[in-house]
Amino acid sequence: MVRRERNRLRVPARAPAVMASQQLLHFGDALSRGQLINWDYLGFLFKQISPYFFACLGTSLAVGLSIAGAAWGIFITGSSLLGAAIRVPRITSKNLISIIFCEAVAIYGVIVAIILSTRLESPFVVRDSQTGLYPIQAMTAGYAIYGSGITTGWSNLVCGLCVGIVGSSAALSDAQNATLFVKILVVEIFGSALGLFGVIIGIIIAGQAKLQGTLPPP
Amino acid sequence: MYGFEALWFNIKDGYLDGVVRGHRSGLLTTADYNNLCQCETLDDIKLNLTGTDYGPYLANEPSPLHTTTIVDRCTEKLVDDWNKMRANADEPLGEFMDYCTYGHMIDNVVLIVTGTLHERDVHELLEKCNPLGMFDSIATLAVASSMRELYRLVLVDTPLAPYFSESLSAEDLDEMNIEIMRNTLYKAYLDDFAAFCRRLGGATAEVMGGLLSFEADRRALNITLNSIGTELTRDDRRKLYSNFGLLYPHGHHELAAAEDFDQIRSAMEKCPPYQAIFTKLGFGESQMLDKVLFEEEVRRLCDTFEQQFHYSVFFAYMRLREQEIRNIMWIAECVAQDQKIRINDGIVYLF
Repeated sequence: MVRRERNRLRVPARAPAVMASQQLLHFGDALSRGQLINWDYLGFLFKQISPYFFACLGTSLAVGLSIAGAAWGIFITGSSLLGAAIRVPRITSKNLISIIFCEAVAIYGVIVAIILSTRLESPFVVRDSQTGLYPIQAMTAGYAIYGSGITTGWSNLVCGLCVGIVGSSAALSDAQNATLFVKILVVEIFGSALGLFGVIIGIIIAGQAKLQGTLPPP
Repeated sequence: MYGFEALWFNIKDGYLDGVVRGHRSGLLTTADYNNLCQCETLDDIKLNLTGTDYGPYLANEPSPLHTTTIVDRCTEKLVDDWNKMRANADEPLGEFMDYCTYGHMIDNVVLIVTGTLHERDVHELLEKCNPLGMFDSIATLAVASSMRELYRLVLVDTPLAPYFSESLSAEDLDEMNIEIMRNTLYKAYLDDFAAFCRRLGGATAEVMGGLLSFEADRRALNITLNSIGTELTRDDRRKLYSNFGLLYPHGHHELAAAEDFDQIRSAMEKCPPYQAIFTKLGFGESQMLDKVLFEEEVRRLCDTFEQQFHYSVFFAYMRLREQEIRNIMWIAECVAQDQKIRINDGIVYLF
């Protein structure tokens, strides 16, 4: 306990690089004391990470996961569609709708990523020269953009899967019985609405965030 | 992982899944059978089949037609479909499709060996073999005179070799031994196939498990029916039953001890799914049993298409097509022999 108190007091006083090596040493200490997670160290770590890192990670996950979901859905639908279309060629043009639904999921991701990237504005945020920390508004904005990105990304990934699997069944059943297509299309539309939920929440989360520093005094 | 095939299945097998479902929609429906049943001559049958998948295969057959020609052409259609799909199949679907044909291989081996025993010409026998179960060295089967030779000279290079380890004996090949060999082989094959499907896991294991245990139970039932009144002892009979299925193991005990049809019936009726089948049979109608079992099998095979992302559809397609070919053969025979009154006895409607 005594040691922890001392660390906490010491942290702001030193330059960041020196502090980091010291904290790493204490991380080993914490383990030897039987304490699995060194909360002080973690807090210190996250305070040191630039909000730009989280902002960019969120943006890339939004677009990356969405596109992975869309691609996954398209190959699930596409391979079944190709196989079924050998015997019943009429289904190809109708079932392109399933592919387009999957594609829309990728577009959601791209849109959200563009919105998120506009949240990064100049002038850039810099550390406080006294404490070595980033301003609290900048941290909030970084985490908000990250949260928005993973919300959109994961929801669009599973949405793409859902639409892809339903689309594959739609293609196969349309090949057997043309009247089933419209009915399964309704299922597919509801599936693709799931991705939109993620997009809406993502935009709301990032709505307040603005990653912008102040101009240095002239 | 069960339930997650949907995510991975289509990477390798989505295309062929679509293809085999396309083939399935080419199977004859009840309406087609009704038209076929109205036919007066074999040429009428050919005319009726022109509009179906068999059309291109029958188109260039000159009159007069024979029943065997029609059946051969229809089988050719199945074999063509199967080989095209096999050529496109990735692993482990390819292995699965190979497994589906090992049963035909066993039948072919038995056919050749039995034929040789009766001093028939090998080439004539080869023509009668099922093309799905052919392998390179099949013609040399005729030289073997005992089971050990059969194994050492020919079958050691075929996929059937592991199944022989159970049935290897130095005894001469005679009628009875061959029949026992067929059933031992088939037992080992079914056990192996079921184990393979379990290894594949997921929906394939579930659906194939149901189909194969029905197959195993049906074989157990047929073995029992055919061995009543023969010199086969109870223990020998029991050795021929597969090591899985709904009847395993208690039903097998009862079947092994059964001496007449009613005892078999009471053994089978202890399984709820089979009880439903046997209630369709009145007492003393044992000759209808085959047809009822075929109908049950066809019903189960059709049901496999209700589920997606599993391999059983390939097995089911092959079995359904074979049943359809048997139906066409029956209709053609009835028409050719002027027995149209019996035409409905042998048809198992698919849809």
